[in-house]
Amino acid sequence: MKSEVSSETRFIVERWTPLSAATSIVAAALLVMLAFGPLLFGANIVDNLTNLFIYVILSVMWNALAGYGGLVSVGQQTFFGLGAYFAIQLSYYGVAVYPALLLGAAVAALVSLPISALMLRLRAGEFAIGMWVVAELAHLLVALDPLINGETGVSLLALNAFSPNTRRDDNYWLALASMAVLLAIVFALLRGRLGASVQAIRDDEDAATSVGVKVMRGKWIIFFLAAFGCALAGTLWLATSITFQPNTYFGVQWAAYMIFMVLVGGLGTFEGPIIGAVIFFLIEFFFGQTGVWYLIGLGAAATLFALFLPRGLWGTIEDKFGLRLLPVGYRLRMLGPQRANTD
Amino acid sequence: MIWITQLLNGVLLGGYYALLACGLSFMFGVMRIINLAHGDLAILGACVVFFVADATGISPFVALVVALPLMALIGFGLQRWMLERSLRAGLLVPLLTTFGLAIIIENGLFEYFGADSRSLAPYIGDFAFDSWAITGNIYIGSLALLIFVVAVVLLIGLKLFLTHTSLGRAIRATAEDSDTAELVGINARYVYAVAAAIAVASAGLAGVFLAMRETFSPYSGPTQLIFAFEAVVIGGVGSLSGTLVGGIVLGVAQTFGAQINPQGFLIAGHVVFLIVLAGRLAVGAIRTRGGMYGLFARRP
Amino acid sequence: MTLLAVEQLEARHGLLQAVRGVSFTVDAGETFALVGANGAGKTTLLRTIAGAHRPAAGRISFDGVDVTAVPAYARLRTGIALVPEGRRLFAGMTVKENLLVAGAYGRRGHWTLETVLDAFPLLQRRLNSRAGNLSGGEQQATAIGRALMTNPKLLLLDEVSLGLAPIAVEAVYRSLEALIKAKATIIVVEQDIGRALGVSTRVACMLEGRIILTGSARDMTREQVTEAYFGLQRARRATS
Repeated sequence: MKSEVSSETRFIVERWTPLSAATSIVAAALLVMLAFGPLLFGANIVDNLTNLFIYVILSVMWNALAGYGGLVSVGQQTFFGLGAYFAIQLSYYGVAVYPALLLGAAVAALVSLPISALMLRLRAGEFAIGMWVVAELAHLLVALDPLINGETGVSLLALNAFSPNTRRDDNYWLALASMAVLLAIVFALLRGRLGASVQAIRDDEDAATSVGVKVMRGKWIIFFLAAFGCALAGTLWLATSITFQPNTYFGVQWAAYMIFMVLVGGLGTFEGPIIGAVIFFLIEFFFGQTGVWYLIGLGAAATLFALFLPRGLWGTIEDKFGLRLLPVGYRLRMLGPQRANTD
Repeated sequence: MIWITQLLNGVLLGGYYALLACGLSFMFGVMRIINLAHGDLAILGACVVFFVADATGISPFVALVVALPLMALIGFGLQRWMLERSLRAGLLVPLLTTFGLAIIIENGLFEYFGADSRSLAPYIGDFAFDSWAITGNIYIGSLALLIFVVAVVLLIGLKLFLTHTSLGRAIRATAEDSDTAELVGINARYVYAVAAAIAVASAGLAGVFLAMRETFSPYSGPTQLIFAFEAVVIGGVGSLSGTLVGGIVLGVAQTFGAQINPQGFLIAGHVVFLIVLAGRLAVGAIRTRGGMYGLFARRP
Repeated sequence: MTLLAVEQLEARHGLLQAVRGVSFTVDAGETFALVGANGAGKTTLLRTIAGAHRPAAGRISFDGVDVTAVPAYARLRTGIALVPEGRRLFAGMTVKENLLVAGAYGRRGHWTLETVLDAFPLLQRRLNSRAGNLSGGEQQATAIGRALMTNPKLLLLDEVSLGLAPIAVEAVYRSLEALIKAKATIIVVEQDIGRALGVSTRVACMLEGRIILTGSARDMTREQVTEAYFGLQRARRATS
């Protein structure tokens, strides 16, 4: 078989399309609009949106790991819990409460460094359960800290210095800003050199190594980012709920939620995890009270999506219509007469 | 003296872990699937036996006659309808689907059995507490000893099955190169389903023993998965005797840890696992393909 | 009597069309050689006949029965066995196990562990070695023995001399001669044209997925085959 490209055919590498430019503007406008949320919406909506932002962070971080780094983690709750734990520690030792939330996430991200040294050498399933073991261990060790009172937990009392209304609005803005910054970081990473190299790693690690992709470095950056993002989500969760119980924060259900959001939205797409988070948010809002059946439904949906719609909702739409709303990739466009297969 | 007793207890506990781990290791060896629902399938087995024993009043040991074939059937069906399809989609999809399955099983069991902790101990009478005096003040539990013996017999039996029967050889051939196995007349789909049946039945058996030894709840599965995984990694994948060694190391670490601190049971197990992992990395034993994946060389 | 009939067979690897509308028949007792350059589609053709590769179109009948849709493991039981390119032994298993595992699922007949070892005496003392530790020649003998254990009516041999020392190639071909004398039906893929002409009764030459030349091995000259091999015929036709 020969595939010939005639001399007058030229390709151009395209990053922005009119559609993606328009979407980017709409997305930016939406963010600006959301920034005025507390002035526009009632308390209930503000609380719910804050939760949604946290879900988006978790979803996007898990997708960065699995969809771009090929790292399926069942243990990201490690950082979700550690972030909250360190925030409590810092606040206890006198750091002002909102800075403590950010610093707590940063400390948890630092803790991810020694963990990554060990875990990133594992492959696929080994990494998945290995991370789960790490989460369990982190849970047990945190529960040993007298400050936490074992499984009883502790409250971030310093937050009570703020009135409930102020706290609600501050949390909202902090969550929104965190989400926007993390999305921007992921966006920038994917557009940059790292984007291409991590996708090469995901597709075929050995091949990527052989063409000179620095596999370890790419994985490490993604892992570090995801650790920080999940830890930040944990501290934001702490800010909204005030109480910290090791069982809740280190529970494997967080991994289940992340997997659900990403699989349903679209693994390995930029937009998919955001859509997945919105869907998860709505399902939780309407069915969260049904308890067990709600969880069975999440598990079943994740399984069915993995089996029958592996690119998720957004990935499938993208494939079907050739859409690319946000310019994270490169597209080749042919100029001149099209000559494909000669047969 | 307490330490010798604890050492013995740890070794016997290791027998349980080896039993629990062998199905996980076997499934990985043959199909390269790390089944994240392994622990929940063990609990499912315990629940089936509990249900039969509770409804009919027959001994849990007799109930195994019903439960194990049922678990094998579940494994067979699981492979045919879920895992086979996941496998075709790449290395990561089986992880996601078995994780989803784990959530479904846990919550399904919760829906049916409720959150209560249960145990099969009341159904096996004094046997749950009997013990033998080895010397004046060292005792070993007869149930723990039984579990250990069953684990060893099962591991040896599996080894003999794999080397000396034609189905066993077909499983090994398919594990190595399923494409070529088909070319020598082996129905790889069927062989995979049989391997899954063996793995799930052995998980079920382990779950039943867990239920005899202590209490279990619908959400006990993940912990069992983690123990099984730790035993497999500590012992080195691919060798059935390694699984026994791994189980024993884990069991001894946990019983010693429990002597030090109430939480030490779990912490010591996890820490030993991480130390072994780090040690393996340090000596470079992981090679380039890495760990569980490195030890089963597979042709491209 | 026609044993194998291939009609308008097409086989693809993704977008790449490896076999394009190939038709031929092989009679019982024939030795049929397929020659052609790398990438001509010989291996894909053999794998498609064996059932290891699903055809995109066309029909394969074996012994008067349409086997096009029959999966590889079941096709083996009708009497088609392939010795794959690169031998593909089960490296972690012993020679004996490699032979037994095939024997368990094939047809019953002349070939058993004993008769295979008679045909390949060099395997006798390596019986309990891991297949991965054998020399190339020993591995090839094991691979052919493994296929014979299934008592095929049609044996497909893909590049049996590839990567072997000349002396090992001799040994492999000597055992093939014995098979041929015993009236086995064989399709052999071979890069060495001289070797192919020497061993076969009929030769077909493949180029870019098509059979462009067939004929009896006795009537065909080395030059004719060489021309076809490199696609020179077509090139000449184009220039004249």
